[in-house]
Amino acid sequence: MKTYKLFENLGYEILNKGEDRLVSGVYCCDLLSVAMSKGKENAAWVTVMSNVNTVAVCTLVDMSCIVLADGSSVDEAMLEKAKEHNVCVMRSKLPVFETAKEIFDTLNLFGDRLEEYCD
Amino acid sequence: MSDKLRFHYEVSGEDFTRAGEASSDLKAKLKLMGASPEVVRKVAICMYEGEINMVIHACGGVIDVTISPADILLELKDVGPGIPDIEKAMQEGYSTASENIRSLGFGAGMGLSNMKKYSDEMKIDTVLGVGTTVTMRINM
Repeated sequence: MKTYKLFENLGYEILNKGEDRLVSGVYCCDLLSVAMSKGKENAAWVTVMSNVNTVAVCTLVDMSCIVLADGSSVDEAMLEKAKEHNVCVMRSKLPVFETAKEIFDTLNLFGDRLEEYCD
Repeated sequence: MSDKLRFHYEVSGEDFTRAGEASSDLKAKLKLMGASPEVVRKVAICMYEGEINMVIHACGGVIDVTISPADILLELKDVGPGIPDIEKAMQEGYSTASENIRSLGFGAGMGLSNMKKYSDEMKIDTVLGVGTTVTMRINM
């Protein structure tokens, strides 16, 4: 499943559209060094940490998109950086676990038909 | 002629909006050169952690990268305060980062241990009040 399909299904607020990338899993963490080391390629990254460095870590680890949980506020600098690096940033009103579960369930739901949604 | 490629980066201190730029640039270059995804990831982690350390603790510094067919050498040099107790600094979870830095998602005490874990060889030369040089080698 690609990012646009994902937020279409979940109704998240799109803060920066960025690149429409494949999403193949979910990763949750707010500590950047931990995310740097354990973050998974192509995962949707659910976090409440919203600053420029979140975008830097996302691109370095090659995660698909950033999903800010809990309606986290976001500053201009982060969005600028996301635009510059073509990173998709979305926002969910739900807390981290509920957001991650929702994404996980959506991925599972479309799992068998993943290919057709990636076209 | 030398078959080595060299890149030089200046890291400005206390500028969190630009922290990670050098790592992103190097990562893009390595990808273009066709380095394996695993090597790219290892280099990105080592370089980013080092870059962030320079910004947080040492008011910036310089990074020299040497790429050869066998390995990638990262040399990060700063003129910061130095590391008083390397053994302690290497411990996972130990951090001297300020509250302000922690609120940005750093200061988990994983920086140096991540660098050690993802590089094939790491050396720290530090002199109190003079500065620190961290050298890391990542095999291709």
